[in-house]
Order: sequence, then C-alpha cells, then structure tokens
Amino acid sequence: MSNVPNELKYTKSHEWVRTQTDGSVTVGITDHAQELLGDMVFIELPETEANYTAGDECAVVESVKAASDVYSPITGEVIAINEELADTPEIVNQDAFDTGWLFKMQPEDPGEIDELMDAEAYAELIAEEEH
Amino acid sequence: MHDTHTPLIFEHSRPGRVNNTHTQRNTASVNTIPDTLLRKTPPRLPEVSEMDAVRHYTRLSQKNFSIDTHFYPLGSCTMKHNPRACNTLAMLPGFLGRHPLSPEQHGQGYLSCMWDLQEILKDVTGMTAVSLTPMAGAQGEFAGVAMIRAYHDANNDTTRSEILVPDAAHGTNPATATMCGYATKEIPTDANGDVDVDALKAVVGPQTAGIMLTNPSTLGVFDRRIKEIAEIVHDAGGLLYYDGANLNAILGKVKPGDMGFDVIHMNLHKTFSTPHGGGGPGAGPVGVSERLKPFMPIPVVGKNDDGYYWLTEKDLPQTIGRLSTFMGNAGVLLRAYIYALLLGREGMTRVADYATLNANYLMAKLNQAGFDMALPERRATHEFILTLKRQAKEQGVTAMDFAKRLLDYGFHAPTTYFPLIVPECLLIEPTESESKETLDAFVEAMVAIQKEAESDAETLKGAPYTMPMRRLDDVKAARELDLRYKTDNNQ
Repeated sequence: MSNVPNELKYTKSHEWVRTQTDGSVTVGITDHAQELLGDMVFIELPETEANYTAGDECAVVESVKAASDVYSPITGEVIAINEELADTPEIVNQDAFDTGWLFKMQPEDPGEIDELMDAEAYAELIAEEEH
Repeated sequence: MHDTHTPLIFEHSRPGRVNNTHTQRNTASVNTIPDTLLRKTPPRLPEVSEMDAVRHYTRLSQKNFSIDTHFYPLGSCTMKHNPRACNTLAMLPGFLGRHPLSPEQHGQGYLSCMWDLQEILKDVTGMTAVSLTPMAGAQGEFAGVAMIRAYHDANNDTTRSEILVPDAAHGTNPATATMCGYATKEIPTDANGDVDVDALKAVVGPQTAGIMLTNPSTLGVFDRRIKEIAEIVHDAGGLLYYDGANLNAILGKVKPGDMGFDVIHMNLHKTFSTPHGGGGPGAGPVGVSERLKPFMPIPVVGKNDDGYYWLTEKDLPQTIGRLSTFMGNAGVLLRAYIYALLLGREGMTRVADYATLNANYLMAKLNQAGFDMALPERRATHEFILTLKRQAKEQGVTAMDFAKRLLDYGFHAPTTYFPLIVPECLLIEPTESESKETLDAFVEAMVAIQKEAESDAETLKGAPYTMPMRRLDDVKAARELDLRYKTDNNQ
C-alpha cells in the first residue's frame, strides 16, 4: 500500500497539493502514481507565470513505461518549478511528496483547494483501483 | 549465440582495405565533376574486405529473434506469417522496373491491380471509396482526421475543436488529432472494457469534430455498444474514425462501414502480408463513407473506357491533397493485393476464425493454468490481456520480468504495459498462423516461469540469460541516449 500523507489534498488523477503558509500551493504526483509509472526518465514542467484552469494538462512525466499528463489541480498561476528535475527526474521516484515536487501555484480561489480529496478519500480511491 | 559484444562494421575497418584485394585493379577514371565540387576528405566509411562484410552482416542476421525463427505473440503488432508468394509476385520485373511517373498507358497492369485492391478493400471494410496513397498507418490516420476537418470546413462548421479518444486508444490517435489542430478529450473505459457511454454522452457536443475508435479495442474486445456510440456522435454532428490498424479479427465478419464509421485507415503491413516490425515501409490506405469521398487524398486509381488512370485535383477539387511525392508504397500494396487474391472471400473469413480461435484458446489455457485475465468475462478477439498484478504483489515480479524470461524459453515477449489502463499487463496476439502445439508450448513456458516466480524470483529479475545481450538498463538508455559510433578523431 502506497504512502498517503494526511496533511495533503489529492486529485482523482493522482496529483497532490500542499498549501504553504503564504497561501501558495506546491503540486506533485503521488507515491502511488510514481509506483505505477516506474522509473522516471524525463519530466516536462510548465513555464512560470503560465495560467491554468483546474483540470488542464500542464506537465508531462515520462517513465520507462509511459508518458503521462499531469493536470493542474486548481485554477491559478505557476510561480515556481522544481529545476532539479531536469537532471534528476528520479527524485520523483525516491521522494514523491517532498523533494520530488513538480511546481508551485498561486491559486485564484483558495476555496478550490478544500474541494479536493482528503487523504482518506484518496486512500480509498487507490484501494479501489488495486482491486 | 552467446557473444556479448559484436564489433561494429567500423571496428573491422583497416586503412586501405578493399573488397577486391586480388582482382584486377581498374585504374580508369571518368571523373568529370569539377574540382570545386569534390569533397576534400574522403567520407568516413568502413574499409573492409568482402569477406569481413559478409561475415559481419550474416552474424548480425543470426541474432534476429523473428517470426521466421520464433513464436512472436506481440499484441497489437500482428506478427503473423506472410506467405512468400506475395513477395515473389510483387517482385515481378514488370512491377519492379516500372517508374512511378511513367505514362499511365505503360502501367495498366499495375494500375489494374491497384484498382482491384481499392475494390477489395471497399468490400472488406464496407466503405464507399478507398485511397491507397498513405505511406503508413500514422499517415493514414492523419489523412482520416484531415478529411474530417475538411468536411466540417466545407460545411462552414468551423467551431468544432475536439476529437474524442478512448483511454485505451493507440497513442497515435491523440497525436493525430493534435497534428490536425484538434484538442483531444479522453473517454474512460467501463469495467467491462467497453467505451463508457455515459461519459461519452457527457462530453459530446457542438464542439465535437469526431471520435477515433479501435474496434476491437486495444483491450482485445469488441465494443458491443458501437451502434449507440455512432448514433450519439453523429447526432452531435461529429464523425467516426475507425483505427483499423488490425483487421485480423473482423475480416469477412463485420464491416466498419456497417458499424457507422465515416473513415477508416488500414495497416496493410499488419493484416495484409507485409512483414511488420522492421521499421517499414508500410501502407495505410484510407476508406471513406459517401460524405467524405470528395476529400480523399490523391492520387486515387480511376477507371474509364480507355482503362485505368490516376485521379488528381481536377477530379477531386476538394481533396486534402497529396501525402507524398508519388502514389503510395507500391510493393506493400502489391503484396496486399496478391494476399487478398490468395485468400479469397473464404480465406479471409478463415483468417478471422483462426485469429480469434487461437486467441481464445490461448486465453482459456492460460486461465486454466492460473493466470488472471484483465477481462475474464469477455470473449477475446484477435488478442487478449493477461495481468500479472497479483504476481507483482505476491512475488514481487513484474510483467517485464515475465517478458524477459520468456526470451530464455524461446518465445518473443508479448507487448508489455500496453494498454496503459491495465496494470502489469501482457497483450498477447497469437495470430491465425500458429499451431496448437506452439500455443501449448507457450502456456507451458508461462507455467514454468510462474513456478520460478514462486520459488526463485531473483532468477526472473536477472533474465534474459541466453540472449546476446542481457537485460538493458532502460532508465540509463532513455536518460543518456547514445546512438552514434565515435571514432578516435571524432569525439
């Protein structure tokens, strides 16, 4: 069973969202997602200052098995990307919830974050998928 | 078979070595190219004797793991037997020597074959017209969606911006939609392997240009609600595209035209007797319904009282245009034509019967042997999906470990990790060419590997052991792609 930290919010498409004290959010893909994808070989990140609507494709994670789109979990502007991933995409495999983050966003409506799944709901979702 | 390093042809090279060491040296020179146009340094080509070259390439050919030497159940790729007669006849001197731009009256024989092939493919697919010109499957797809765009444009219906694609689709489908300027909307698959019709209803609308479907799908099952899907998309004003990459299961049984499709491409290099998997050339003809006929890519073979001729812009002013300089891959089209004649109507039906029987037999045997199927309740078409999710959990072995170990047992691995929506999957396509004995031997190998997984998983993780190369480091290969040979003075 994959690790599902309690303090994060989740999407059905396996992104996680962490709210920072300044109101911005950090986004990554879950441990479950990296486990399914396998060893990462390339990660394409959005450009900073790009604006996305919740559900937009905004990044691509490519592993030895497949290339998968990453969807923006909320509506807002990209304010930072994880530059480390260009040379060492494997951090996503090693530490999906922390140093393997993908990008940071400034949400347009912070209320949108509350509508995402909590850890319990996400754990249920992946348990269902494993059946 | 077990040398780990075969030198490159460049490594055999010795300065000044030539292939005619002992024959007479011909020193006559007829060089009329001006000095200013001649290169100053010779090209860096390998300098080897004829013997070196022959041995080198023969050795490489012996490393082939191919349909001619092994069972090759690579799902979605249709590694079936291609009768040698098809190739022999396609290589008749009259075909080989014919220049594609020679006058039509000099090529009536070839043109008549292509006309007949168009007619046969129309009949097989139930479409109104066929253009043979696309050079490969991906180009056929491009032509198909370009026609959908041309159709909407011709109707001044320019607000349609989306192509619907099921999540089980070939990766080329969304790529094609993007190439034609459409956004892709993904449709989920339901638990039974059919397109989720409720989800389809939710996203279809005035922005829908069309849907791209493979039926049978990449899950190896026939979508039972295809009529309903066609109706939903047509009612919204969209068109239906049939990805006919593989027709093995439906030949002579069911026609995409009857299912309501407006356009289809066919990979003749899968179903119609061109060896596949070697990187080409292929042929991806497109078939169209009445409403897309004006937009077909040119040239198309026409026929009048004087004989056969090429239809051009004059005959099809609304055509999406040419896809290449010439008229399609003549050799591949000829093999397809000859194959179709060899089979006849009766043989085509038999291809579908045996492709389906072999897949279902193999699926049932593997199921009895304890393997899990992705869709156990469904009848397979020409291929089926086995999932090793349980083994991954219980024994820690993956689909890739099974695939690599199969090589040691003398079988090419099935397709792994496709379609993406089934975890730890093997997509297995035995094709109509294989005997019961071969299929049984494959099941035995799978059972033996399962026993190894239970008793000695480490063995599996190190496989293959008997191939010229051991397991490659996929991650390193993808991250540090290095395909070029470097000589000492060319770093």
